Amino acid sequence: MMVINLLGLALIALIVWWFWLYKPNKIIANNNEVLIEVKDGVYSPSSIQVSASQPVTLKFMRKDQSPCSETLLIPSLEISEQLKFNDITQITLANLSQGEHEFHCQMRMYRGVLKVV
Amino acid sequence: MEKVSHSQQLIIEGAGCASCVGKIEGALKATLGVVSAEMNFADRTVTVSGTAKIEELIKAVESVGYNAKPIDDSSAIEALDEKEAADWAYYKKLMRDTFIALSLGVPLMIYSIVVGEMTVVTNLERMSWLVVGILTFAVMYFSGKHFYIGAWKSFKNHSANMDTLIALGTGTAWVYSMVVVFAPDSVPLMARHVYFEATAMIIGLIDLGLALEIKARGKTSEAIKRLIGLQAKTATVVRDNKEVQIGIEQVLLHDVVKVKPGEKIPVDGLVLEGHTSIDESMLTGEPMPVEKAEEDEVVAGTLNKSGMILFRATRVGKDTALAQIINMVKRAQNSKPPIGRLADVISAYFVPVVMIISVLSALAWLNFGPEPAIAFAIVSATTVLIIACPCALGLATPMSVMVGVGKAAEAGVLIRNGEALQTASKITAMILDKTGTITEGSPKVTDIVLAKATDENEVLQLAASLESGSEHPLAQAIVESALEKNIELLKIKAFNAITGFGVEARCDNKELLFGNDKLMKLKGIDLTGFVGQAQSLAKEAKTPMYFAVDGELAAIIAVADPIKSDSISAIKRLQANGIRVIMLTGDNKETAAAVAKKAGISEFLAEVLPEDKANKVKKLQESGEIVGMTGDGINDAPALALADVGFAIGTGTDVAIESADITLMRGSLHGLADAIAVSKATLRNIKQNLFGAFIYNVAGVPFAAGVLYPFFGILLSPVIAGAAMAFSSLTVVSNANRLRWFKAKEH
Repeated sequence: MMVINLLGLALIALIVWWFWLYKPNKIIANNNEVLIEVKDGVYSPSSIQVSASQPVTLKFMRKDQSPCSETLLIPSLEISEQLKFNDITQITLANLSQGEHEFHCQMRMYRGVLKVV
Repeated sequence: MEKVSHSQQLIIEGAGCASCVGKIEGALKATLGVVSAEMNFADRTVTVSGTAKIEELIKAVESVGYNAKPIDDSSAIEALDEKEAADWAYYKKLMRDTFIALSLGVPLMIYSIVVGEMTVVTNLERMSWLVVGILTFAVMYFSGKHFYIGAWKSFKNHSANMDTLIALGTGTAWVYSMVVVFAPDSVPLMARHVYFEATAMIIGLIDLGLALEIKARGKTSEAIKRLIGLQAKTATVVRDNKEVQIGIEQVLLHDVVKVKPGEKIPVDGLVLEGHTSIDESMLTGEPMPVEKAEEDEVVAGTLNKSGMILFRATRVGKDTALAQIINMVKRAQNSKPPIGRLADVISAYFVPVVMIISVLSALAWLNFGPEPAIAFAIVSATTVLIIACPCALGLATPMSVMVGVGKAAEAGVLIRNGEALQTASKITAMILDKTGTITEGSPKVTDIVLAKATDENEVLQLAASLESGSEHPLAQAIVESALEKNIELLKIKAFNAITGFGVEARCDNKELLFGNDKLMKLKGIDLTGFVGQAQSLAKEAKTPMYFAVDGELAAIIAVADPIKSDSISAIKRLQANGIRVIMLTGDNKETAAAVAKKAGISEFLAEVLPEDKANKVKKLQESGEIVGMTGDGINDAPALALADVGFAIGTGTDVAIESADITLMRGSLHGLADAIAVSKATLRNIKQNLFGAFIYNVAGVPFAAGVLYPFFGILLSPVIAGAAMAFSSLTVVSNANRLRWFKAKEH
């Protein structure tokens, strides 16, 4: 029983580390332009680094039919877009201030972060 | 005609290698009017600059063996059609998945109810359950594949969502059941249960819930569909002296557009030729058609009623007033009021927390539970994962906001964001600017008191003829009044304006005088018996003016900026809601007092400058009031900006609508009461949804973990948990949809 309990606690520690403590590497956008695939519950890439010195172009290619994936929100920039299915929805952002901008779907199931440096 | 250079983007299909790039770029650059063409091979898009039309670009790409379609260039209507088609296809797929899963799940459920135990003891039972296990796996693959792929992708991405919970719950149940089938000896005899029916039923029920949710969600966006439906699909433009019919997304700035009677105006513009009347009710709420002639503005989405016109496009595509209104509504529908922020924070941690609770629950059963502890642990861990529903929590606020903002838009109220929606529901004091807000904003003739004259129309004809030479706003009101009655103006001679007194002229061999009492005294006109009448008109917030013909008083003509027909009832509605209504105006005290009294307002401030209005807002806020300010959006800008909620009375064609928190497209103050009523109803709906979602999860998760078992011997079945989860988000969406039937009560 002791072993099982320790395994259980280790599993909890793993959940905490994997979902909350781990900081994924950021994809550095080439020319401040990035194609983001919206599929199977995730944005790929979901962690993007861009430069504040020039406009940023985010191209979302939605391949997930679920309504959950349809709405894209960037609350800090007051942006809300309906992503077209099987097509590219382009969002151009200019004059971004340095910092992190979270983007997500309506239910925050899809989540990503745009880091402006 | 001037050609406008602009940038267009195409998505290329069929480009499989880097060498295709050169071919496509070359074909595009060879097209007349193309300045530059750059292809991004990574995402198969090409950006083209120049004056070439989109059809020519597509043709050029096709000529070298590829297909192309414009990006972000489909009209909103096409996008909506595509979205509906995609939703319908997904709904059908989910219903098919549901049918497959329940075809196995329901018979297994019935068997478990009839027979009771689904245990593995004999070899025959092992073989039978192996077959069922394989069939369940097929269900997991065909009907639930998206859950497992989503969960795996999310896991790799260090995130967790609803798919994670479903995949873990159903996966655990299936794996445990297969262990029992393949290695029954590794499990205590009492715990040799299989849970294939739970896996199949949960997948089926959640697919069904998702399918029904898609249907319900479709209804939440009805308002935006209606707005998009106002847009024309095609336009007739005159290019190279030829009329061409094109999609509205292809209309260019400065194009000359032709619109026949009965057609919708496709883009914003200025009339070049023709005369017509246009129904602008979709933007202004004004049912009467508006006359349009040369140099008048026409707005996309409005309906040309009578004549044929040619106009020059001044705003196209996303710049038209209608497109901006649609965008504003869309943005607002997806913005969150502060009340939803807590749910957002919880959503971010929700799934991992549920996973931890699931592990703790399994450990608790294993440590303290009765035999077969392993079976209890599996059931409770699975049920916890399955019952928790982050979707209900995540959907609670946005669904209500979506319907509420849409509902407001239908009533001609444009709400800028969720915060404005929430604050509007808490307003305790409302400041109303007088001119143009409570009143019409344009002076009109209100009374003609006859003295020597006997015919009102004759008086109006002579007075208007005389005043037609004057620039004064009050004079304009008299001229307009005559024109409205189709009274012909006469020629006047010897016109003379006496500053501060009035005007005089000769007309039809009559000596005419029009002005204030000072002018009458100056010219020796006897006012006996009429001064009292003039004073009582002044007390009614009207400006009385004397009209004399040939040295005798003919009539008193009173001009006023009349209170809008429905201002009084709208103000009553606000007051009935416990809102303190205050009127502010730059006018004199006498006029202000008269207008306030007539409008049923007891608090007013007269002779105020714009900055004084802002100070009044500040003072009210300091005294603890939540202040709404209503004005025309331009003169009242400082006060509108300072107020907790700024309401702009706009025509909807004014792009300045962006500056207000809430814009009333109708001129009526009922829009104000409607906005507050809708915001209150929406907030109530959000609270119901959040309460339901919180209570469901807070009560459901411990219940699933088995907290009731020690007291009542109750342990929830994973199948019931699956059904509860599937229908919890559906309940939230359906409750939000109830708002669609909300009607603001007009008192």
